[in-house]
Amino acid sequence: MGGGLVLATALPAFRSGPRAAQVSSSQLNAWLRIGTDDSISILVDRSEMGQGVYTALPALIAEELEVDLSRVRIAAAPVGDAYVNALNGGQVTGTSNSVTEAWEKLRKAGAQARMMLIAAAAQRWRIDPSVCRADNGKVIGTQGRTASYGQLADAAARLPVPKDVALKDAKDFRLIGKSLPRLDTAGKVDGSAEFGLDVQLPGMLYAAIAMSPTVGGKATSVDSTAALALPGVRRVLHTASGVVVVAEHFWQAKKARDALRIDWEAGPNSALDNAAMWSLLNKAAAANPGASALSSDDVAAALKGGNAAEALKKAAKTFSAVYELPLVAHVTMEPMNCTADVKADHCDVYVGTQVQQLTQTAAATAAGLKPDRVSVHTTLLGGGFGRRLEVDFVPAAVEASKAVGAPVKLIWTREDDMTHDLYRPPAREQVTAGLDEKGKLIAWALHITSPSITSRFDPSNKDPFDSVIEYVQNFPYAVPNFDLKYTRQEIGIDVGYLRSVSHSPNCFAVESSIDELAAAVSKDPLQFRLELLAGKPRHTQVLQLIAERSKWGNPIQGRHQGIAFMEGYTACIAQVAEISIQDGRLKVHRITCVIDCGQTVNPRIVESQLESGIVYGLSAALWGDITLRGGRVRQTNFNDYRVLRLNELPELDIHIIPGSGAPAGIGETGVPPVAPAVCNAIFAATGRRLRSLPISAHKFV
Amino acid sequence: MVTLTVNGIAQSVDADGDTPLLWVLRDHLKLTGTKYGCGMALCGACTVHIDGVAVRSCVLPLKSLEGKAVTTIEGLSRDRSHAAQRAWIELDVPQCGYCQSGQIMAAASLLQSNPSPSDADIDAALAGNICRCGTYSRIRKAIHRAAELLRGNISP
Repeated sequence: MGGGLVLATALPAFRSGPRAAQVSSSQLNAWLRIGTDDSISILVDRSEMGQGVYTALPALIAEELEVDLSRVRIAAAPVGDAYVNALNGGQVTGTSNSVTEAWEKLRKAGAQARMMLIAAAAQRWRIDPSVCRADNGKVIGTQGRTASYGQLADAAARLPVPKDVALKDAKDFRLIGKSLPRLDTAGKVDGSAEFGLDVQLPGMLYAAIAMSPTVGGKATSVDSTAALALPGVRRVLHTASGVVVVAEHFWQAKKARDALRIDWEAGPNSALDNAAMWSLLNKAAAANPGASALSSDDVAAALKGGNAAEALKKAAKTFSAVYELPLVAHVTMEPMNCTADVKADHCDVYVGTQVQQLTQTAAATAAGLKPDRVSVHTTLLGGGFGRRLEVDFVPAAVEASKAVGAPVKLIWTREDDMTHDLYRPPAREQVTAGLDEKGKLIAWALHITSPSITSRFDPSNKDPFDSVIEYVQNFPYAVPNFDLKYTRQEIGIDVGYLRSVSHSPNCFAVESSIDELAAAVSKDPLQFRLELLAGKPRHTQVLQLIAERSKWGNPIQGRHQGIAFMEGYTACIAQVAEISIQDGRLKVHRITCVIDCGQTVNPRIVESQLESGIVYGLSAALWGDITLRGGRVRQTNFNDYRVLRLNELPELDIHIIPGSGAPAGIGETGVPPVAPAVCNAIFAATGRRLRSLPISAHKFV
Repeated sequence: MVTLTVNGIAQSVDADGDTPLLWVLRDHLKLTGTKYGCGMALCGACTVHIDGVAVRSCVLPLKSLEGKAVTTIEGLSRDRSHAAQRAWIELDVPQCGYCQSGQIMAAASLLQSNPSPSDADIDAALAGNICRCGTYSRIRKAIHRAAELLRGNISP
C-alpha cells in the first residue's frame, strides 16, 4: 500500500490483492482508494444480502467521481466509525435505509474526491482548477492535457478535503437511475462468491453445536464418550450457547454432535405452547384494554387525533375485529455460521453479518479480548432478512477456536437454524372503528399486544413504540378520531426483527380492517381508500395507477381481486392480488404492485427487491407459522416449514413510478401488503374474512 | 478410499463412506460453490450433476460414488460461458446468490435434456430449488433465454 493521506479515523488497509506488491494506491476517503494502475476500489459499509448495496452504493460514489461503475472493485468495509449508519445509530444494515442514508453522504464523498483530483491536476499543470474537468477516470485540462486518476491520486490524497461541494442535478446523472449490471453477479454464477459458509483458512477445523431442544433450556450433563471415539473428533466443549463438537470435517463434527448424550434441563418454557402464548396475549390485552401506555409519549401525542373513545359512542355503526399474527421464521438459505480464528492477542471473525460492531463486541467478550483486538471480515450473506442482525451464533465459534487453538468454522444445521431462530413476534391487533350514518369513517383505533423486540435487542432504547407501530405511525387515511395503543407482553422466548418488522402485522390489521369497513358500507375497497386519501396526490396516484394496471374490477373470469396499500420506508406502495378458489383450493395468479419510492438508483434492482418482497411476504402469508409444544419449536426443515417454490410463483407485475427526491427504502417495502391483499381477495371470492394468518390454517392451501 | 471424477479430474477421497458428496466437495475438495441448505434434498442448494443429471449432493453418500463423474458449478464452464450462466448474467438473476449454483445446475440439466423447455417444464424441473430471495421470475426468464442462446439466437 502506498502513501496518501487517510482521511477517516483508524482505517484498516484494503485487503491486498496479488498485485498489491507492484501497485501502490492512495486512500481518498473512508470508502475510496485509487491505485497507480487506475484501479478504483470502493469499500462498501453495508452488508450485501441480495438487496444490491454492493452495486447501488458504489454507484453513488462513481456518479460524482466520474468513473464507470464497471471499473469499480468492491470490498466489504471493516468495523469503523466512518461506517456508522447515521439513521440506525450503528454499523447496521437494516431498516431498508442503506441507500437513503448514503444518498448525500456517498455522492458528497465522490464529489470531494473528484475535486481533489482536479485540484491535484491543476497544481501539476499550474492552471486554475476551474478550467479543468473530470471525465471517465481522467482530469482534462487546457491545451489537451490529461492525467488519469491513478497518476493524480497520491497528490490528491495530500490535499485538503473541500467542504462545500455541489452535487449534480438529477438531469445530469449518468449512472443513477440506470439499470446497470450488478457488480456481484459474476461470482454468484460460477460458485466463486464467498459466503460465510465458504471461508477457508489454513488449519481450519469444523464445529457443530447441540443447543437446548426447549427454548431457554440448559445442558445439565453431557456424556461425550461416544462422540469423542468417532473419527476426526478433536474436542467437545461446553459453551454458553450449547455443547460444541470440533472435528477435522463438518460431517464428522455433526455425526459426533448427534452422538452426544446430553441431559437437558427444560428451563422456564417447558409448558409453552401456542395456546399458552395466545392466552398470555389475550389476557394482557383484556387487562389493559384502554391503557394509554403511550399517551405521554411524543409519538402518541402526535398520532392521537380527536377522541376515538367518545366518537365510537356516537357512531352510527361500530366495527371491532381482532387480527392474530403468528410467529414467523426468517429461514435464510444459508444457515447461521461463523468462522473464528483466535490468537493470544487477536481474533479474526469471518461472518455474514448485518451488524459489524455487535459482532466485534460479542467475539471480543467470548475471546476475552478488547473489541479493538477483533477484526470482523464481512462475507456475502446468504440471505439476511433481519436474522443476521443477531450475533447468537458468533460466541460459540470464538470459544471453540480459543479452546482448540486453531481456526474453527461453526455451522448450524438447517434444523438448528429453524428451531433456534429469533422469530417474528406474535401480535394480537384489535381494531375498533366507527362510521357515521352516511358511512363516513369517524373513528379508527388500534390496540397492539405483542412482545417487544427492541427491549431485548437494545435495552438502552426506552422508546416503547420502537419497532411496534410501523405503518400505523404513518396511518394514511383521513379519520378525525384516531387512537393507537400498545401493550407489551412477553411470551418467554426471544423474538427478533424480521424483514419489514411490524409493518407486516400492522399492515395486515390496517388493510384488512379498511377492507372490512368498505364492505360494511358496501363500497368498492379501492374507491373507499381513494376517498380516505383525498388530498394526498402521491397516495392517490399510486392507487389510480394500480387500478389501471391490475384492471381493478375486471379480473379474468373466475378470479377475484383484493387490494392493500402501505406508506412506509418513505415509499407509497399498493398491491392487488388476483386469485381463484376452486374446490376450496386457493391459487394466487397474479400480484400487481405499484410503488412511488422517490429517485431510484438502479430500477432493475428496485424491481428485483419488490419481487423478492412479494415472494417473501406470500410465503409467510400462505404458510409462515412457527408453533411451539412443550417449549420446543415443532418445525425443523423445509418439509414442515413450507416456503414458496418456483412452480407456485404468481405472475408478478411491478410498476415503479418515476420519482424524485431522496430514494426510499425498497428491501422490505414489498413484503407487508401481500398478506392483506390476498386475504382481501379471498373475501371477495368467498365472503370469508380471514383475521389470522397463515392462510394454510384456514384450509385454503 | 473412493475414487471419482470431479469436474474432469480424478479424485481419491479418504473420508467416511457415509459422508455426503456435498461435504466431500466443500470440505475435502474445497469446491465451495455447492451449498448446504437443508441436508434432506428439500431445497436444491446442493445440486450438482452426476453423469450429466442433476442430483442433490447432500444425500448422496461417498461410498455410492465409486467411478462416478461429478460436475459442480465450478466445472460447468471455465469462464461462465455456459448458456445458463450467460443468461443469468444478462438478466442479473442472483440476489443474495446463495441458492444460485443449485438453480443453475438444475437449469443446465434441464436444458441438456430439453433444449426448449416450456414454463411447465421449468416448473417441474426447478420446483425442488428454493430461493428465499424470490428470484423465481428471473430464473424462469433466464432459462428461456439460455434456451435461445443454445439455439444460436444470441441477439439480446
